[in-house]
Order: sequence, then C-alpha cells, then structure tokens
Amino acid sequence: MHDLSYWLPLVWAAIVVFAISTYVVLDGFDLGVGMLFAIEKTPNHRNIMVNTIAPVWDGNETWMVLGGAVLFGVFPGGYSTLLPAFYIPITVMLLSLIFRGVSFEYRSLAHTDSQKKFWNSVFWIGSAIATFCQGAILGGYVQGISVTNGVFSGHALDWLSPFSILCGLSVMCGYALLGATWLVWRTSDELEEKSRNWAKLLSVAMFLCIVAVSAWTPFLQAPYLRRWIVWPNIIFVSPVPVLVLVTGIVMWRSLQKGGVKSPFFCAIIWFLLSLLGLAITIWPYAVPPSLKIWDIASPVSSQIFELVGTAFLIPITLAYTLYSYHIFRGKVTKSDGYH
Amino acid sequence: MQHPHEIALLLARWQFAFTIGVHIVFPAFSIGLAVYLAVLEGIWLKTKQQVYLTLYRYWVKAFSLVFGMGVVSGVVMAYEFGTNWSGFSMKAGPITGVLLSYEVLTAFFLEAGFLGIMLFGMNKVGKKLHYVATCTVALGTLISATWILSSNSWMQTPQGYKIDPVTGRFLPEDWLAIIFNPSFPYRLVHMGLSAFLSVAFAVGAVGAWHLLKSKKTEQSDNHPARVMFSMALWMITFVAPLQLIVGDMHGLNTLKYQPAKIAALEGDWETESRAPEILFGIPDMKEERTKYAIKIPYAGSLILTHSLDGKVPGLKDFPANERAPSPVVFFSFRIMVALGCLMILVGFGSLWLRWRKKLFKSSFFLKLVLCMAPAGFVAMLCGWVTTEVGRQPWTVYGQLRTADSASPVLASSLTFSLILFVIIYCFVFGTGFVFLLRMLRVSPETPNNQDGKVRIGMQPHKVDSSK
Ligand code: HDD
Ligand code: HEM
Ligand code: HEM
Repeated sequence: MHDLSYWLPLVWAAIVVFAISTYVVLDGFDLGVGMLFAIEKTPNHRNIMVNTIAPVWDGNETWMVLGGAVLFGVFPGGYSTLLPAFYIPITVMLLSLIFRGVSFEYRSLAHTDSQKKFWNSVFWIGSAIATFCQGAILGGYVQGISVTNGVFSGHALDWLSPFSILCGLSVMCGYALLGATWLVWRTSDELEEKSRNWAKLLSVAMFLCIVAVSAWTPFLQAPYLRRWIVWPNIIFVSPVPVLVLVTGIVMWRSLQKGGVKSPFFCAIIWFLLSLLGLAITIWPYAVPPSLKIWDIASPVSSQIFELVGTAFLIPITLAYTLYSYHIFRGKVTKSDGYH
Repeated sequence: MQHPHEIALLLARWQFAFTIGVHIVFPAFSIGLAVYLAVLEGIWLKTKQQVYLTLYRYWVKAFSLVFGMGVVSGVVMAYEFGTNWSGFSMKAGPITGVLLSYEVLTAFFLEAGFLGIMLFGMNKVGKKLHYVATCTVALGTLISATWILSSNSWMQTPQGYKIDPVTGRFLPEDWLAIIFNPSFPYRLVHMGLSAFLSVAFAVGAVGAWHLLKSKKTEQSDNHPARVMFSMALWMITFVAPLQLIVGDMHGLNTLKYQPAKIAALEGDWETESRAPEILFGIPDMKEERTKYAIKIPYAGSLILTHSLDGKVPGLKDFPANERAPSPVVFFSFRIMVALGCLMILVGFGSLWLRWRKKLFKSSFFLKLVLCMAPAGFVAMLCGWVTTEVGRQPWTVYGQLRTADSASPVLASSLTFSLILFVIIYCFVFGTGFVFLLRMLRVSPETPNNQDGKVRIGMQPHKVDSSK
C-alpha cells in the first residue's frame, strides 16, 4: 500500500503539468503575436494585433509565475536544482520579458517616430528571445542535468547544445503558429487573410519541428528510447503521433476552408500532444536523469496545505479568467470600443 | 584574498538587493494608487462630480504604466529565489514557496484578471461592474502584500516549524503560527501605511506643481489640482502620525525577537539600563564602539522600553559573526525616522494652513510638498534596508545563514547577470520614469478626450481608419 507521500507528488505533478500547459498555450499566443510584429509592418495592423492581447497578456504570464511558485513550494528540490542549472537562459528570458512587457505601454507613450519604431522592435525582439530561451530551457531539461547530492553540479553552459537550439527554434515556430491562428480568429479582413497565410506556412514548419524533435529525443537517454519502442508500451504511446497527424490535417483543411476558431484550437491540441509526448518520455523523472518526482517533493504538510487552497482557487481563477476573455470576445476591428 | 564563494555570495546579495529594491517601489506605488483610484471612482459614482472622474482618468494612466513595471520586475523576483538562493529555497521552500503560491493564486491572478477590465473595459461592462473591477484590483494588491510580508516576516521571526534532522529542511507544523508570526502584523501595517504615504506624497507633489504653475499664469484656479492636493494632505495628516505609532510598536516587537538588530540600528555596544539614545554617530565594527556619538540621556531606554531604566541590548552581547553591519542600519534607520517626523510636520502645517485658508496659496508650502515627492519612497527603502540588512548574517533569523542560502552559481555568471540587470533596469525603468513625468506634466485640467462620452481607462492605440 502506498501512503500520502507517494500519492501527493503524483497529484502535484499533474497540477504542475496543467499549469505549464496552460501557460504555454496562453502566453504562447501572445508571445507569438509579438513575434509576428517582425513581419507585419503596417502601423494600423500592429495596433490591432496588440489590442487583441492587451487586456489578457498579464494574466497569461501569471501562469508562469504560478508554475515557478508551485515548484518552489511543492517541489523545492526541483526548483533549487533546475533554476541554477538554467541560470543564464532564465536570466535572459526574464530580461526579455521585461523589455517586451513594458513595450505594450511604451510604444503607445512614445512621442517621436523613432522612439515608436524602437519600442515596436523591442516588442518583437523581446518576444522572440524570451520564446527561444523557453525552448532552449526545455531542450536542456530533456537532455538531462547533472545533480550530485541534490545540488546542481554541472556547468553554466551545459544546457546549450544543438538539441536545445533546435528546441528553441521549434518553440518559436510553435508560438508564432499559435499567434497567427489567434489572429485568424480575432481579426478581420486583410489582417485575417495575412494571418491565415502565415499560419499555413508556420504549420508546415511546426510539423517538421515536431518530427525532428520527436526523432531526436529518444536517443538522448537510454530509458527514453525504451519508453517508446518496447512492447507493450508501444500500444499505449502510438496514438500520440497518430493524433498529431490527424490534428495537423484538420488544421490545414480548416485554414484552407476559412475556418475561424478551429485553426487556433488545433494548434493548441498540437501543443498539448507535444507536451504529452514529452511527459511520457520523461516519466517519472522530474530532474532527468537522476531525480524522480518523489525525490524533490516538499514535506507532506506543505503539500496538503497548498493543495487545499489550490483545489479551491484554480477553478475560481479559471472562471474569472474566462469571464474576462468573454468580455473582450469578438473580432477586434478599427471601430472597436476601447480605442 | 576572498574565497570565490564569498565573492559569488556578495554578488548574489547585491543582485537581490538591487532587483528587489527596484521592484518594491512599484508595488508601493500600485498599492497606494489602486486604493486612491477606487476612492476616486467611488466618490464620482456617488456624487457625480466631474472633477473626480477627471482625476480618475488622469491617474489611471499612470497606474497602468506603474503596474506594468511592477509586474515585469516582480516576475524576476519569483525566480530569483531559485536562481540565486537555491540553498534557501531547498530548505525553506516548503514554507516560503507555499506562501508565495498562495500569493499567486489569491492575488496575482485576481489583479491580472480584473486589470484588463479596469483599463479597457468601461464601455463593455458598465459603471457598476467597472467599479467592482477597480476595487478588485486594489484588493488584489493588498492581498499580495499580505502574503509576501507574511513570508518575509516568517524569515525574520520564524515559528511553527521543526527542522528535519536528516536534510536540515524546515518542516511546517502549524500553518497559522507560520502565517501569523510575531512580526507579521506590525510589518503588514507599517508597510501598508508606507505605501499610502508614498503615494500621498507623489500625488501631493503633482498637485503642488500644477498649482504653482497655475499661480504663475493666473489663468485658472485648477480645481482638479486643488482636489488632489487637498486629498493627499488629508492622507498625510492622518497617516504620518499613525506611522510613528506603528513604527514604535514595531520596534518594541523587534527588541523582543531580534535584539541584535535593535543593538545594530541603535549603534549600542554595551547592554545598559538607562541607555541614552544616540542621535548621531559613526558605528565602527572593528573598534566596537560608536564614534562621535551625540547622545540624549535616558532616551534610548524610554523609546525602546517605555521606561527610564529599561534594559537595552548592546552588540557586544552577540558573537562577532552574528552581528549585522551596524553602520548601514544605523543610518538607514535614522533617515527613515527623520523623514517620518518631517512628514508629521507637513501634516500639521497643512492643518494650520487650512485653518488660515491659505492651503493653496502658500508658495513655500507648495514648494515644500513638491520637494518631498520622493520622501515616502526613500523612507520605505530605508526601512527595508534596516529590516533586511539588520537580519544579517541570517536569511531565516537564527536558523539559516545567508552563506548557506546561496546557489552553486559561478561568480562569472553572477557578474554577467548583475551587470545586465543594472544596465537594463536603469534603461527600461529610467525610460518609464521619464514617460511618467511627461504624463504628469500635463495639467489634469486639459480636456483630454472629453467629448461628452464617458470613457474610462487608458486609450491605448488609436487605430487609424484611413490607414
Ligand atoms: C508589499 C508588497 C510587495 C512586496 C514586498 C513584493 N511584492 Fe511583488 N508585487 C506586489 C507587491 C509586493 C504587487 C502590488 O502585487 C505587484 C506590484 C505591482 C503589480 O503589478 O503587482 C507585485 C508584482 C509581482 C509579480 C508579478 C505579478 C503578476 O504577474 O501579476 C511577482 C511575480 C512578484 N511581485 C513577486 C514578488 C516577490 C518574489 C517578492 C519578494 C522577494 C515581491 N514580489 C515583493
Ligand atoms: C516615524 C517614525 C518611524 C519609526 C519609529 C519606524 C520604525 C521602524 C522600525 C523599528 C523598523 C524595523 C523593523 C524590523 O526590521 O524589525 C521599520 C521598518 C520599516 N519602515 Fe519604518 N518607522 C518610521 C517611519 C517610517 C516611514 C515614514 C516609512 C515610509 C514611508 C517607513 C517604512 C518602513 C518600511 C517599508 C520598513 C521595512 C518593513 C518593515 O519591517 O515593516 N517607516 N520602521
Ligand atoms: C520589498 C522590499 C524589500 C527590500 C527593499 C529588501 C531588501 C533586501 C536587501 C537590501 C537585502 C540584502 C541584505 C544583505 O545581503 O545584506 C535583501 C536580502 C534578502 N531578502 Fe529582502 N527586501 C525586501 C523584501 C523581501 C521580501 C518580501 C522577501 C521574501 C519574502 C525577501 C527576502 C530576501 C532574501 C531571501 C534575501 C537574501 C538573503 C539575505 O541576504 O538575507 N526580501 N533584501
């Protein structure tokens, strides 16, 4: 029989995965919209693009803060090994998020054209670097981290490798795809058409990225490969790639046929499937290749105390977050209310 | 020659002190301003007087900017515990991490969820609901302060835990004791009031500036500027004395739980009854005395124990490796208290001028308030320096040393990040400050988009329909 100290970390792992997935999907689309600034230069379109995300981006980013805080409180062993391991990319990511976060305000407050231009560039460059860092951190994480006696014992640049760079670029593609499909949904006319074309291109690129990362991952660590090709695991895991393919086809067709919301939701499903694939690969390690989720967990009393509040507060949070999205629903056009 | 770990530790401390020092200015601004905005909107809804809506519109733009800077600098803080203090997070995460999670769940989401409605939603949700959004954001900032101050206070006066003999981790036993630890109520009230005072001085100074300008041009009496100036000074009149009382109680509490900190900030070396209060001097850690001291007899005992012959601790009672750097806290404490006393005088001054019906006329007073624009923020930062440096060499008082809290991060990485943080913060928040000043330079009287239609909130980007 297992006791609480076995089950609680499982519940918490599920919550962490939930928080990370929510973060990736939500901040993914607004970082993606930020990156698309690089190719959309028309001031009018740019303003519409920002207006689609202005009321919600802060809430989206809060999911990342939640992820960090939960790790800190419930999995301190993970928080205190992963963060030093990724000291450099995390610092660069946080600084990029600062730049990008303030440019929402600064680009509209700037007085001269050159200042405006500057903060517009900062907006997309910050979004792009932050996204790349997130992908590279993910890649470095999957690759594995040296830990001795529960303390990070690797080098400051261990995370940097061809694989983590590939992951960085893939996440950039993916967020840009989320952003483009979000714009298909939330904008109209010319901008919607443009976004549709971006989305088509990006979906092809994203598909190639998924294939490349999936093909590479199993060879990073021996247990990863076993997870995917050993009988009978293969029965349980094979639906994932199949679903990726099906979702891709559905997305492509709906982009062709003028679907409005469905491309965005297909892109979300792609992300969730990719995360699921990763989770399957790594399970049950929390800091591969040495620490399992039980090794990094807090004392039971911390986990219980935090769980009581979380179980109660996350649904409430989701409710008012949805409500806020609902208030700002509909296509954002020139004549929209809050300009 | 210092050991490389000591250099890394020093760099980590500087980075943390710098980033939190920048961050805290924005929360203080956000907390005070959010409450002020809720009051303005409430009065407007009740009295329908246009001037309150004008002021709301005027300050909500500043709020949006300041809040944005608070969010981005805060996100950094949430990760710095792990990047710079992994030893601390490993051992104390089961307590402080949990409190931070509650802060995210009860406060950050609440603020973020309703901020969009507050800033952009007036035309979408109607007045009442918009007011609810404003109040919710204000409440969120206060809830946020509550959790983070509970966490910080627990680090100052820890209780409700046991130490795991194997791993050395803090094992929480009694959550109520942890959250409501002995210094928490004092710190919460003291910090809350300091946010209100900071914003009162900022708002008062902006009002004073516009009144001085209107006096020069003699074109109008600038009604909105008068209202904000008057409101700010009422706030100062009541809150500044209250802050002195709360600060005094806070000090008594600290004497009970952290006597070494009191000894350091008073610059006292010997334990004494009938201790004098050292008004000024230069504490010297090596010679173990406070040079050039100017003392008031008995006052030390009187202030700290409320009796003439109460016992006041001295630094020599504590081993040299458990003493906080007295020179830093000695001065930061005195600057804070001096500013606090000046604030009380400003409050009394305003009462007198109100009685003589000269509140808006006295150029001297307007200029004084203008000069005191940063007073609240400076006092607040000095207060934090006193509290945090006074806690040294502990991260969790008496239990976990700062030296054991650090991360296994190389000094070179830390140098890289510290330089980046300083340059980027100066640039980004410096620019934000310039934007803020520019925004506040515009008189609240200027008819900014007053086309008869009620439009609350930021007007982000004019989407040009001609293109
Ligand atoms: C007394 C209040 C107070 C103090 C001491 C701190 N903060 Fe703070 N923080 C706030 C009060 C606040 C706030 C009022 O809630 C902010 C400021 C402006 C804002 O947007 O929310 C905020 C923002 C903010 C955010 C962004 C929230 C979001 O995404 O909406 C994070 C992650 C943190 N803080 C984290 C921290 C950490 C880890 C601190 C300690 C080291 C800290 N803050 C000190
Ligand atoms: C007027 C007389 C004042 C007294 C006697 C006083 C007293 C104190 C004391 C004793 C502490 C240290 C507590 C500790 O570390 O344990 C403290 C901290 C602090 N003070 Fe003051 N204070 C005064 C005025 C002010 C003013 C005017 C402000 C800001 C506007 C301010 C802001 C702070 C802050 C932010 C802290 C750190 C947080 C805390 O520990 O509460 N103080 N004060
Ligand atoms: C908000 C205003 C705050 C200011 C201005 C402030 C300031 C400082 C300063 C100056 C230091 C460096 C002390 C030294 O190394 O000599 C420090 C350290 C630290 N503070 Fe604070 N602090 C604040 C709030 C907090 C809060 C709310 C927490 C936690 C919940 C916190 C946790 C820490 C930690 C973990 C360290 C590093 C370890 C240490 O040096 O003791 N601080 N802070």
